[in-house]
Amino acid sequence: MKLTLRVWRQKNAGAEGAMSTYEVDDISPDMSFLEMLDVLNEQLILSGEEPVAFDHDCREGICGACSLVINGDAHGPERTTTCQLHMRSFRDGDTIDIEPWRASAFPVIKDLVVDRSAFDRIIQAGGYVTAPTGSAPEAHATPVPKADADFAFEHAECIGCGACVAACPNGAAMLFTSAKVNHLNVLPQGAPERETRVLDMVAQMDAEGFGGCTLAGECATACPKGIPLVSITGMNKEWLRATRKAGKR
Amino acid sequence: MTYTDYATGAPVSDSKAPSGPVEERWDKRRFEAKLVNPANRRKHTVIVVGTGLAGGSAGATLAEQGYHVVQFCYQDSPRRAHSIAAQGGINAAKNYRNDGDSVHRLFYDTVKGGDFRARESNVHRLAQISVEIIDQCVAQGVPFAREYGGLLDTRSFGGVQVSRTFYARGQTGQQLLLGAYQALSRQIAAGNVEMHPRTEMLDLIVVDGRARGIVARDLITGRIDTHFADAVVLASGGYGNVFYLSTNAMNSNATAVWRAHRRGAYFANPCFTQIHPTCIPRTGDHQSKLTLMSESLRNDGRIWVPKAQGDTRPPSQIPEDERDYYLERIYPSFGNLVPRDIASRAAKNVCDEGRGVGPGGQGVYLDFADAIERMGRAAVEARYGNLFDMYHRITDEDPYEVPMRIYPAVHYTMGGLWVDYDLQTTVPGLFAIGEANFSDHGANRLGASALMQGLADGYFVLPATINDYLARNPHQEAVTAEHPAVQEVLAETEDRINLLLAVDGDRTPDSFHRELGELMWEFCGMARTDSGLRKALERIPQIRDEFWRRIKVPGTGEEFNQSLEKANRIVDYLELAELMCLDALHRTESCGGHFREESQTPDGEAARRDEEFAYAAAWEFSGTGEAPVLHKEDLVFEYVHPTQRSYA
Repeated sequence: MKLTLRVWRQKNAGAEGAMSTYEVDDISPDMSFLEMLDVLNEQLILSGEEPVAFDHDCREGICGACSLVINGDAHGPERTTTCQLHMRSFRDGDTIDIEPWRASAFPVIKDLVVDRSAFDRIIQAGGYVTAPTGSAPEAHATPVPKADADFAFEHAECIGCGACVAACPNGAAMLFTSAKVNHLNVLPQGAPERETRVLDMVAQMDAEGFGGCTLAGECATACPKGIPLVSITGMNKEWLRATRKAGKR
Repeated sequence: MTYTDYATGAPVSDSKAPSGPVEERWDKRRFEAKLVNPANRRKHTVIVVGTGLAGGSAGATLAEQGYHVVQFCYQDSPRRAHSIAAQGGINAAKNYRNDGDSVHRLFYDTVKGGDFRARESNVHRLAQISVEIIDQCVAQGVPFAREYGGLLDTRSFGGVQVSRTFYARGQTGQQLLLGAYQALSRQIAAGNVEMHPRTEMLDLIVVDGRARGIVARDLITGRIDTHFADAVVLASGGYGNVFYLSTNAMNSNATAVWRAHRRGAYFANPCFTQIHPTCIPRTGDHQSKLTLMSESLRNDGRIWVPKAQGDTRPPSQIPEDERDYYLERIYPSFGNLVPRDIASRAAKNVCDEGRGVGPGGQGVYLDFADAIERMGRAAVEARYGNLFDMYHRITDEDPYEVPMRIYPAVHYTMGGLWVDYDLQTTVPGLFAIGEANFSDHGANRLGASALMQGLADGYFVLPATINDYLARNPHQEAVTAEHPAVQEVLAETEDRINLLLAVDGDRTPDSFHRELGELMWEFCGMARTDSGLRKALERIPQIRDEFWRRIKVPGTGEEFNQSLEKANRIVDYLELAELMCLDALHRTESCGGHFREESQTPDGEAARRDEEFAYAAAWEFSGTGEAPVLHKEDLVFEYVHPTQRSYA
């Protein structure tokens, strides 16, 4: 396959960026999207240009590092991560636009690399169970209904890639935050911190400059792990419950 | 003197493991280890490099105890460490199934699975701690798979006959890592952990014979800085990426452990690499990494190839009596669940016989047709759905309809920095945990044991043993950037970076990495020979020489520069690869993941030679391309007596 790539190039956080156009040839449909970018970068290095910077690591769809907006879609046309997108999803002669996540809470570091540390700070605000090492009771002391365990797992699958934020017209992080709130709040182990968790995480989310949710639903459509939109409803319920409870105290 | 003329130095021994009955040693060590007064702990700084299962759990636990932790990872977030990609599960001797499991059986299985090249004391401790790990993770909210009654579910894994593997669908590593990451996050928020993401360790600082800090590069600004501590913990993972193609993450690397080795830490059993039997075969030269399909698939999938050579019919048209379910045929009692090294070598053998399937004949079938017929598609989907989806996405073939094609790939390295029972290296104050050390898996790791070891080291072992070191060295003199030893390491690091940028040659970092990887796969991969290893040992210095003449790294050092990161890692691979080949050359026996063609039984199985090789080989660095010094640690088996492994 022969392709034209229009790629966002930006020297560093402070520099102006712009789209640059490149041609790549001999692309196999079996290549992943990132392997196609590897081909471009090898070409650029040999011609004395700087390769395109992009985040990637496991290349098997689980670490959450890769993060490209491809033809306007976070992670491209398939519902998966960029590293698991294959060139068979494109056609010979296509022109492909490649941009970084666009959100004010995710500033660009270089080219296609953005700073997602705001997500870490949301987790730090309450996305955990306080269980110091060594303090745990026997694992079977507290049975968890299978339905609750499955519900927790399905939310815990979030890989923290940020596609939800990139896809959202408001740059909201509601889906990311709600995934962790739902994962921990449904479990008996998470119950003692149920209220503080949701209140603190939502407060941090707002402080990071993420937008509000208007139920556009783009986040859930872009999520490579299929975290459902109703997850946000669950978080809102938890937040209201916690707020009312705090008011009664 | 050539590299292969190594000298044998004084034996190395594990001075910290207590004597006495094996089941009492860990208690005894914990009691004998000195403690640091809680009020004094905050005066001690501990550096932790890496945030995977071992590093994440260690950082969180040390901070909970009151130490000041300074932690590093090259990823943009500690949540992305490659432990996240572990699929299958974590072993624990809970015996919830009442199927005859026990701490002693897990100990026995692990020593035997490791082909009698691991230390009994360490492995027994691991088995004891396994049960606490499950408790700890459940308390953190790790959503393990559960039965309808609300209790934890388990499954069986290769090399064992009990069901002791706890799992969270095919994403167990992800869930355990997020548990550790969340515990670490809590400590970061509390101010007990100073976290440096996107920062890579480039060297170790040793002052007056003790590890006192690291040199690290901020990957965003390019700034190279020094960081000081009272002890340094390396949790930087394995070195499988020496092979270029492996199941490791693209940026997983050996720099931290190799630099520590250069500063005096012995490197043990570098040739013990695990080739995992069930990975998706490569599709072409563009391949950048290989993807594992969890070993748990072997519980229900049946492995086969056509009986005839060069049979190119689609699998559905090959009748039952023309298929060779070779694992079930050769190993009737373990069948498809033989340990990884055996399954991998068997796959290589049938492909070498010309019976491989798929492009280039480098693959075997992993077939679920029987499982789907027996338990229904829905049950198979519930167990393996995400793995099937992943396979479908990568290969564009639907494994519910056609058998998967799999082939072995480099997956894990059992070798690593030599550590004693306290997980301390030969450099006082330098500890190595998780895959970065060599300790618990011998010559072959059993499935679902990496997660167990990483978390055992990080949550339970290191936090107990590092106390002893800090208590015995309570007032170490403060080190500053002005210290001559610090200045020297810093200058060496800066020189190396500047040289990489200055060569301005005509070859990319990846081109060298691929070349080295192909060489290693051919000569130091699944089967090794004297002549092949000698060829590799001749070639590696030539590649190294060419590297320093022809490498091209665009950009500067004072910015985000991924080519520079890669090139700098390859510098270390080019030295480590040489040691791996030498270790493989010197060990003229076959054991576990190390198969020497010269040492096999009449029916082609690995032939171990205990009288000569029942030791861990700990190598001391003597200079780039200089013959290293071999220190042997004799392995004593008091409980599990070495026998030739039989899974037949």
